[in-house]
Parts: sequence; structure tokens; C-alpha cells
Amino acid sequence: MNVLGYRLTLTALIGWLIILVCVGSAVLAPWIAPHDPNAPLGQRWEAPSAEHWFGLDQIGRDMFSRMLYGGRISITLAFLATCLAFAVGVVAGFAAALLGRWVDVALSRIADVILSMPILMSALIVISAVGSSAAVLILTIGLLYAVIVFRVARAVAMNIVVLEYVEAARLRGEGLFWVILREILPNALPPLAAEFGLRFSFAFLFVASLSFLGLGVQPPDADWGSMVKESALAIPAGLAAPLYPAAAIALLTIGVNMVVDWLLSLHSRPHGDNA
Amino acid sequence: MLKLLVQRLALGVATLLAVSVLIFWVTELLPGDLASNILGQSATPENIAAIRAELGLDRPAVERYTEWLGDAVQGDLGKSLANKRPVIDVIGPRLVNTLFLAIYAAVIAVPLSVLLGILAAIYRNSVFDKGVNIASLAAISMPEFFIGYFLILFMSVQLKWFPAIATIKPEQGFFQHLYVTFLPMLTLILVVIAHMMRMTRTSVLSVMSSPYVEMAVLKGIPKGRIVVHHALPNALAPIINVIAINLAYLIVGVVVVEAVFTFNGLGRLMVDAVAKRDIPVVQACGLIFAIVFIGLNLIADVLSILSNPRLRHPR
Repeated sequence: MNVLGYRLTLTALIGWLIILVCVGSAVLAPWIAPHDPNAPLGQRWEAPSAEHWFGLDQIGRDMFSRMLYGGRISITLAFLATCLAFAVGVVAGFAAALLGRWVDVALSRIADVILSMPILMSALIVISAVGSSAAVLILTIGLLYAVIVFRVARAVAMNIVVLEYVEAARLRGEGLFWVILREILPNALPPLAAEFGLRFSFAFLFVASLSFLGLGVQPPDADWGSMVKESALAIPAGLAAPLYPAAAIALLTIGVNMVVDWLLSLHSRPHGDNA
Repeated sequence: MLKLLVQRLALGVATLLAVSVLIFWVTELLPGDLASNILGQSATPENIAAIRAELGLDRPAVERYTEWLGDAVQGDLGKSLANKRPVIDVIGPRLVNTLFLAIYAAVIAVPLSVLLGILAAIYRNSVFDKGVNIASLAAISMPEFFIGYFLILFMSVQLKWFPAIATIKPEQGFFQHLYVTFLPMLTLILVVIAHMMRMTRTSVLSVMSSPYVEMAVLKGIPKGRIVVHHALPNALAPIINVIAINLAYLIVGVVVVEAVFTFNGLGRLMVDAVAKRDIPVVQACGLIFAIVFIGLNLIADVLSILSNPRLRHPR
């Protein structure tokens, strides 16, 4: 199937559909949620029924409605963190590739040191110092992932900087930001688009994990990760309540990864397996 | 080659030092002063000054950092703010538990994933190979708590085969430990195996496309023999690297799995300390995790230098 000149595979189509459903239901939550997400409506852990598709949670709130609203928080946080990571990482990566010399060396060494710690540990240490809030989560995850984006962007730009037209633009006396925006970015866009999807899926899992550990989104707000944590006590009772938000997390991540695979295959650039 | 090894070692130590500075700086110098954090609502200027003096926060940061690092090197990691016990006593047993779980998972996951990866490379594009691809995509996408809770619901609550809570007690025997921690181990394996398998497959395949393997094919050597005798030795370095990264993950990334199974490991200790803002414990945990992480990467580097025939005999 061809869409806008791109060959769309079945996996890519499924992936896009999953993303569309998840994002769409998050955006439309106030209109399509069948119940008030914060109102107790019955017994705790009430089993799924036609009225309550995913049953009720630990204090009798409708799980399905809460998941629609929770998706808004999870997706927004991950998306903003990814945008921040790209804004900082791409500029720094391109600057390192263009300017070279000490700028490149300094930025690369800083990146090496930061990435020599597991990212989850770095985030935990920051949260222990400043506490957790939406802004802290976006800044911490965004800046930590900016380091990874920096490496990718630098590697991509390195291959473009040596091309003649960039050389010509610099000889014409174009400024650094102009060269980055008009000369390098358009050609770096395809590999960066795939990286954006991949980064988003990792940021999304990251937010979910932190919330699950009780260090992410704080009550009374709830995202999918904290919903898993809050309803975990249903498991020993033999109920699947925490599996619904957990499955939603897995579903969106799989959808994004399907699209990422498709983006990579479109340009079939060699790309590392690990992120 | 010796020069190369010494270089790597020095680089590892330098990185560790830089990371220790980072840990110290972030936990002590970021806004949100430690003293007012401890006191919370009841903070008055006099209280804060008293606590700052008690913790030594009134002295210059560089002085406190060198003292902290000096003590840490000698095994003194300070006292926990939460219960006043020496941090080393709190951390010790937790570290042993985490290492036990990680080694348990590694002993099963590493040989299994290398074997499956090689099989996927030999039977490239077969049903088995495609299954491996789909499984690894699923494993990368599923959060650990999804796999963990699913296993608990299925194997512990419904079938009652294994306990849902993995508590290790000293009076239990070794095999009892293995039994109690079976589900967290299985969760970890499911998370890491796909990645290791995929990397093994990729690196064997990339060697398989080289001229000398084509030569071996043309000579009529059986496929299995080519993979094991010709391709594998040269694919070993990247495989070792992936194994080291995943071992580091097993020790460092178990935080979520430990929370799911309320396992008394180092990761859960750190999460609790972060929630309670018990800074000395956070610092110590961060430092230990950094040592493990950097150390394993260093070992991977050294092993891949040793296993690479071209680096072993430099011109």
C-alpha cells in the first residue's frame, strides 16, 4: 500500500493504528470516558462488567475511565521529555560535529561520564535531591536522554558535515544556526525521526517505571505506571486489575516500535541494535 | 596490548572518579538543601543551622567530597539518616541478595541466549528466526512489571507453584533460595534474553557475510561447522560486550523486578532511600551501582581485546 509516496507495510499500519487509538483516546478522554475517573462507584476490586469494562480499582473507581485520563499524563510527559531531549541533543550534537576541536572533545567526554551511570540510577539520584514533580520528570528524563540523542545526532551530522554543499554554505559565510537548520537538518531528518520514535518509547517506559516505583507521577494524579502500583494488591486476590494499565503501556510501546522499524527500513541506514 | 589494557584500566578509574563527583554534587549541591529536606515542615532557621553543623554542611563542598570519598574507599559509607545505622551494614546483606538473583538469572540466560542466537543465525529467515524477532520486539516493549505480575497471577496465584513474594531468609537452604526466587529470576531472563539473542544473531550474521566464510562455503564445509569454527571466534567480541551490558542490567536494572516481588535487594533499598531522602544511603547505592556498571563494561573491554586475534598479536 502506498501513502504519500511511502510504502506502508502491514506492521507499520498496525503500529500507526495503535498510536492513533492511544493518543486519540487520551486527547478525547473528557468526552469519551464513561465515568468520573475520581468518583468511587462501588465495591473495591469489582470484577469487569458491561458497565465497568476493566472493573473498579482499590477504592471503587472505574479503571477504564482512569486509564483514559492516565494515558494523557503518561503520553504528555514522555512526549515533552523526548522533545526536550531532541532540542538539546540535536543542537549540541550538530554543534560538536560542525565546530569540532575542543567543543566536540568537551561535549563528548561529558556525555561519556553521564552515560557511564545507568540512566535509571542517575534519575533516582536527581529525584532524591529535588523530589518528584511533572517538571522534574520532564527535565531529568529529557536532559538524560539528550545525552544519547547528542551521540546519535553527532554521528549523523559527522557524515553530512563533510559533504560539499555544507562546505560551500560555510564558505558563503552562513551562521552556525543557519547551517544547522537549513543545510544539515533536512538531510539528518530521516534517521532522527526513527530515533525520535525509539526515544519516545523509552521515555514512556521510563516514566511508567518511575511512577510504578512511587517516584514519578504523585497522587492524586495517576498515570498508567502509578495505576499499576496502586492496584498491585489485587494480584494476590487473583484479579488482573494492574495488568490492564501495564498492558496499555506495553501496547503503545509495541506500536511505536513497529513504526520505528518501518521508519528505519524506509531509509535502510545501518543502525545500532541497542538504544 | 599491555599498554592498551593499562589505558582501559586508567580510563575506568578516571570515569569512576568523575561519576563519584557527579553523585556527590547532585545529591548535595542541588537546590533543596539537605538540612531543610530532613526537617521538612518543622524547619526553623536555628534548626537548620544546627543540622547543617551536625552533618558538616557548613564546610566547603570540596573538603566534604574528599572526606566522603576517602571514607568510602576505606569502607566507611557514613550513617543512614533514617535509622542512624552505618550504611555499610544496611547495604551489605542487600547487595548479597541482589548479586544472588543476578547470578542466578545470568547462569541460565547467558548460555541459552547465545545458543538461541546462533541457531537463529544458522536458520536465518526460517520460522524460528522470525519467531525470535517478534519475541524480542515484544520483550523490549513490555515493562518488567507487566511480565512480573502476569507470572505472579498465573504461576503463583492460580497454579500455586511458586511464592509471589520472594523473601530470602538465612535459615533456608540454597535450593530453597533458588525456589523462592524462581519467579523474579524468570522475569529477568525474559527481559534480557531477547536482546542478547538478537545481538548474538546480528554479530554472527555480519561475520557470515565476510569473504573468508564465503571461501569456506565454497570449499564445501558444512554450515554448522562454519558457524562454530569460522564465524563464532570473530563474532565473540561483540557477543561478550552484549553479555556484559546485560549482566550490568541484571544487577542495576533489577529495581523494578525487586519492587514487583518485594525482594530485599539493593535496588529496592535505593528506591526506599530516595523516597525518604536518606542521602547517605542514596550516595552509597549510587556509588556501588556505578562501580558494578563501570567494572563490567571494563571487563567487557578487556575480554574483547583478549579475544580478538588481531589485537592479541598487533603488528
